[in-house]
This record gives sequence, structure tokens and C-alpha cells, in this order.
Amino acid sequence: MGAAEAAAQAKLRMDGVGRRFERDGKSIAVLDGISFDVSDGEFVCLVGPSGCGKSTLLNLMGGFLPPTSGSILIDGETVEGPDPRRILVFQERGVFPWLTVEGNIAFGLAKLPKAERQERVAHYVRMVQLEGFERSYPSDLSGGMKQRLQVARALAVNPDILYLDEPFGALDSVTRLVMRAELLRIWQTERRTIVFVTHDIDEAVQLADRVVVLSSRPAKVMDILEIDIPHPRNISSPRYLELRDDLLGKIGLAHSV
Amino acid sequence: MSGTARTFLALRPFAFLGFLLLLWQLAVALRPDGLMPGPVGVALGVGELLRHGLLLKYAVASLFRVTWGFLLAAVLAIPLGLVIGWHRRAEWAINPLAQIFRPISPLAWIPIAILWFGVGDLAAIFLIFVGCFFPLLLTAMSAVHRVPSVYLEVGRNFGLGGWDFVSRVLYPAVAPQLITGARITLGIAWLVVVAAEMISVNSGLGFLIIDARNAGNRYDLVVAGMLVIGLIGLLLDVGMRSLERVRSFRWSYSED
Repeated sequence: MGAAEAAAQAKLRMDGVGRRFERDGKSIAVLDGISFDVSDGEFVCLVGPSGCGKSTLLNLMGGFLPPTSGSILIDGETVEGPDPRRILVFQERGVFPWLTVEGNIAFGLAKLPKAERQERVAHYVRMVQLEGFERSYPSDLSGGMKQRLQVARALAVNPDILYLDEPFGALDSVTRLVMRAELLRIWQTERRTIVFVTHDIDEAVQLADRVVVLSSRPAKVMDILEIDIPHPRNISSPRYLELRDDLLGKIGLAHSV
Repeated sequence: MSGTARTFLALRPFAFLGFLLLLWQLAVALRPDGLMPGPVGVALGVGELLRHGLLLKYAVASLFRVTWGFLLAAVLAIPLGLVIGWHRRAEWAINPLAQIFRPISPLAWIPIAILWFGVGDLAAIFLIFVGCFFPLLLTAMSAVHRVPSVYLEVGRNFGLGGWDFVSRVLYPAVAPQLITGARITLGIAWLVVVAAEMISVNSGLGFLIIDARNAGNRYDLVVAGMLVIGLIGLLLDVGMRSLERVRSFRWSYSED
């Protein structure tokens, strides 16, 4: 495949993206010359040390913040602002507490005819396995259920890209494992492009097609690692452990605690 | 738990109240110098006011003023406060003014109220309006600030703008705080109306109290009026609290 063809195929293109913030009269660089491509239907994880600017990067991709340098292109068009074609899923408080499960999933579907809306809501309630909780409010749901609800609300508007900002970071370790399997199952049926921010190396190696490794602030792309293990992944296979150690090394962490 | 035991528990607060009333009556019987009417005298006073139709008439007059003053303030102050809270620059301009006006007791406005509106309903309504306006304005402003930015970002992400954004994200996000603020403010309004009626009108529960004293030192009627004011204030608060329990309002930012 030629370079021109690859460029034409990129769903999301980050091209020399930088972002600075003004704090107390000083200009602080958070992101510096970030470049990588994400192709259609790909699952990409962004990993990096805490506070390195991963969430800022996701906010730029989502159009919530403009970059101070470089450009972000989706299907060849510059990102100008937030857009329902690409939905950001937050770590916490992402669902509206004043709406029921059904109300949350239907949030982005106000323009659809009622019958179609109900059908879409029922479909995604089933997909994230919240049957029986349609009329429940988020305060009656567990943390994992709230995150599944948030993913369902995002998928219901049929977006091209899902951005997930450490979506399982606030969950306990068992729930986190279950949620990863759930997300992979959903991704395999729906085939959306996913950009997933995490600081958990295992999470990245379990989920991603490719892992983009960011440095500490100001964040630069240090490496891009391909995870060439087919799903479902055996997390004790030699190849898995090799990739995991490789990634740990790149982030600069020792193997022993 | 058996039925009788439960009945006993439910009756306990009333039994305590009865005990206090008994003590009150005893104390009055021991010192019959007219410094304080007894519970029997007060109950007879309430009966007398009811028979003459004054109680209902005055309670309605007071509630009428509170309703209008409170609603006018709410209709103006809440949208204004939301807009000011949303625009930081507007807040920098308005906030010093609001902070100066807020600690002025609504009662300090009585001379001006009478000068502008004369003695009558309008003056009393104006005083309640002034007493409610600044608390509601500040409640609405701080409610906007306390909305987690995630909700606003989700709203924008799903393409909401203008009226849709206000009605489907901003309003539901501030509603619980507005209701709590409105409940506290209604309590203020009920305090203000009694004082306003003592000076600027010739009807209402506040007037009843001052009139009972001026026209023959009827302290049994004074205390009867106080009792009725307390009971109506309690009912207003209970009503507002039931609004707080509406399911879609019954969440707070702390739970997650």
C-alpha cells in the first residue's frame, strides 16, 4: 500500500498537534508535535504516565479544545468542534442522574420518530445487558452498569468514532476485566473506530490493535506498538507477556515491584 | 413489633407535646399576672378568631402577598441569576451590587415601600419581593457554577445548542439546587410578611398580632396569631420538601 493510499484511508489523522495552556502568565506546553493515524474500525490505546496530557489529547480530538499548533483531520476534514459523529465517554459522572437508563440512551435520539427511538433504545439496552433496569435511575446502578450505560448512549447515535477517557479507571479490578471483555464484544459486533486512553499497561495490551506510547509532559509520541495477537487473547501466552514487558520498558518501569 | 407498641411509638411526640402544654398551663396558673396567656386561653382565642372569620381572612391575605412577592422574585431572579452565572463577565459586574444589597434586611425597605406604593398590598408584596430577590439570584448564580463540566460537555457532544441545551442539560442540572434555594427563600418570605403587615397594611396575620395588642392588650390573640403563623410556615416547608423528593430531582452531585 502506497503512502498516498494510506493517507486517504486514515479515519483520524493527528498531524503535529501541540497544545499550550496559559497559567499565571506563563505558557505551559502540554502536548508537543503529536502525529499518528488511526484507520477505520481500528482500536487504538493511548498510554502514558499520569498527568501527561492524555485527556487533553482526547479533548482536542473530540473538538472540545482547539489545538494551538498542527491539525486534526477526520475523514480528511479539520475538526472544528464537538460532533455527535464522535462521542467522548468519561471516567465518571458521564450519565445524567436526572434521566432513567432509557432516558439516557435516548438522549441523542430526540429527532428520531418515537417508534424508531424505542427500538434503538431497546437494542442498546440489550447490547449492554441492562434489561430490567430500563426505568432505573443511575443512582440505583453500580459503577460498571453506569459505564455500560454511557457506552450505550454513545453507540445509540451511531457515531464513527468512540473516544474513551479511562472509562474503567474508577471500577474495581474484577469489574474492570469484565468490562474489557464487554467492550471487545461490542467493538467486534459494531466495528467502530475506538481511541481509548488508559494508564494501565495490561488494559492496553488486552484491548488494542495498536498502542500509542506518550512521554511525560510535554507529551510526545515515543513509540507506536502493534499488538499482533488475535482476540480472544491469552493473557499468559509468551507473546502477550513479551509485548507487555516491551511496553513497560518503553514507559520506563522496572519489571519487579 | 406489635400494633399497640407501634401506636405508642407514633404517639410519643404528641405525648411530649401534651406534657409541655400541661407544664405551660400549670406555670400560668401559678403566676396569674397576665404576662403570658395559657394554652387554654390561646385555644379559646383561636376559636374566637375562627368564629369571626378573621383567621381565614387574614391567613389568606398573608398567603396572597407571599405568593405574589415570591413568584415575582422567582420569575425575575432565577432566569437572571442563571444568565449571570453562565457569563463570568456579567457576574464580575453584578456580584458587588448583589453582595451589597443582600445583607440589607428587607424591613429596611419599609419606608421606601410605603413612599412608593402607599399603605396596602403593593407595599407588602414589594417588601417580600425584595426579601426574596437577592437570595434567589445568588442561588441561581451558584447553581450554574456547581454544574459538573462533564454534563455540559456531554450536551455539546450530542450536538445540543440554544434552547435545547438549556432545557435538557442546564435546567435539569440546576433544578435540585434551585428547589432547595426556593424552599429556604419561601421561609424568608414568610418571616418578612409578618413584619411587613405590622406596619404597611391593615390585614393579615402580622396585622392581627399588632392589632390584638393595640386594641385591648389581647395577648391570648397575639399568641394565637403566632401559633397560626408557625403552623402555616411549617406547612409551606413541608410542601416545598415534597417537591425536593420528586424522583428526577432527588439526586445530588455527591452521589456517583
